[in-house]
Amino acid sequence: MDKAKPTAVALEDATVAFRLADARVYTAVEKAHFAVADGEFVAIVGPTGCGKSTLLNVAAGLLKPAAGAVRIFDLPLTSLNRDAGYLFQADALFPWKTAIDNVAIGLEIKGTPREEALKRAQAWLTSVGLGAFANRYPHMLSGGQRKRVGLAQVLIRDPKILLMDEPFGPLDAQTRQVMGNLLLELWTADRKAVLFVTHDLEEAIALADRVVIMSAGPGSRIIGDWRVGLPRPRDIFEVRLDKQFHALHREIWGVLKEEVMKGYAQSSQARGAD
Amino acid sequence: MSRVTLLFCQVLVAVVVLALWQAFTTVPVFGHILLPPFFFSNPIDVFSQIVNWFSTGVIWKHLAITLWESILAFVIGSAAGILVGFWFARQPRVAAVFDPYVKMTNALPRVVLAPIFALWFGLGIWSKVALGVTLVFFIVFFNVYQGVKEVSTTVLDNGRMLGMSERQLMRHVYWPSALSWMFSSLHTSVGFAVVGAVVGEYLGAAAGLGYLIQQAEGVFDVAGVFAGMFVLSAFVILIDMAVTLVERRLLVWRPTAAESRG
Repeated sequence: MDKAKPTAVALEDATVAFRLADARVYTAVEKAHFAVADGEFVAIVGPTGCGKSTLLNVAAGLLKPAAGAVRIFDLPLTSLNRDAGYLFQADALFPWKTAIDNVAIGLEIKGTPREEALKRAQAWLTSVGLGAFANRYPHMLSGGQRKRVGLAQVLIRDPKILLMDEPFGPLDAQTRQVMGNLLLELWTADRKAVLFVTHDLEEAIALADRVVIMSAGPGSRIIGDWRVGLPRPRDIFEVRLDKQFHALHREIWGVLKEEVMKGYAQSSQARGAD
Repeated sequence: MSRVTLLFCQVLVAVVVLALWQAFTTVPVFGHILLPPFFFSNPIDVFSQIVNWFSTGVIWKHLAITLWESILAFVIGSAAGILVGFWFARQPRVAAVFDPYVKMTNALPRVVLAPIFALWFGLGIWSKVALGVTLVFFIVFFNVYQGVKEVSTTVLDNGRMLGMSERQLMRHVYWPSALSWMFSSLHTSVGFAVVGAVVGEYLGAAAGLGYLIQQAEGVFDVAGVFAGMFVLSAFVILIDMAVTLVERRLLVWRPTAAESRG
């Protein structure tokens, strides 16, 4: 790990457990131990239901680990992670606010005067390519456009850490790639620490500096940590044709495949947690 | 069907019904009249009664009273419903304690309360307002309660992660969500406010549309009863149209509200 840079997010043997309705305890994640350096883009990949999102919620402070600790810039995380912006998998925009109000709200609640907040929100909407859609309500936007608004909503607060939970999961393949490029472009401007959860290994390699692999749940662990040496700036469309990309993909897939099979076998026995 | 044909057919139904009514009450069929005018009146009498009410101006006072009672019942009932709905949704323990009583009160047919309200609040407008409030309150209460409870956890988490305090969550997340639920039942609650007012007047009052109908009934003035009913339904339709306008304005952000109401 890059020692020159401070550690943005550190999970120290974090274990996450849920109490089930019948009083049994379900361990989602077991002793997760890894760190994200400032300015580093880390992707977490694992089979469905392995607790990737759970791990992200722990880093956000929305969930408390049953054991272990979370440190944000070397300080233990006790409540919500105020340094982080969170892009959710599901639609998280406020449906009763227009696109521009959705983006401006992050500033308004900090006390920024409304006019200035709106001006900056308009600028952000423009930089995610939605300058002309400011007065649309979320239901009038397509899935991809809603994700762009979500991205602007999170980034306008200028968080030091960006947590992303399969943000492009519900989108179609082409839109995902366009969004991936947009994300890289915005990230390159001021490198924040990014923790990006996905089940798509190709997406992970194309975007990230490091790819972390989790085993199938319950009690999933981190079973691999690869550095992606592909040069930046990258283009998601072209990077997939790179030889190095293929070699890395084959290597990681060798490990991941087995877990995906296990995860698939488990999820076909009735269980609904992700 | 085009708009014009539809409108034509709709008008045709009214014309046919009125013509049959008029015919059966005035023209003898095989020597006797099918609908005795004493029980069924006839459209012309009803119409002239309505014209008479409006030309002399008697009706305005009664309309104003009923409208005023409905508005008061709606405003007070909604305000109470919103307050208690919020309170119960945010304090599950309070909700659990009161739950059986809320269900019990809601199960009670509200008409039986009318005599008690007449005793408590007199024969003036307040006993009618009280009756309307008991009807409106529960609709708004249940909707606001539901609205606050069913705020999407993702939207809530998003608000938290964007740095909202509890008060800001209230204002930007819970409140709009609860309001949207309340507005979705706006037609029902406004309708019930009118029902409360009219039923209250019918059971004992000195003015209002319900009183007018009850008075006509008391002297077997069937034309007056029908005339009162027609004025009442026109009144309710006008109020409902006003509600639709308000709703369109307030729920622009909702995908279905504007489209499904058409």
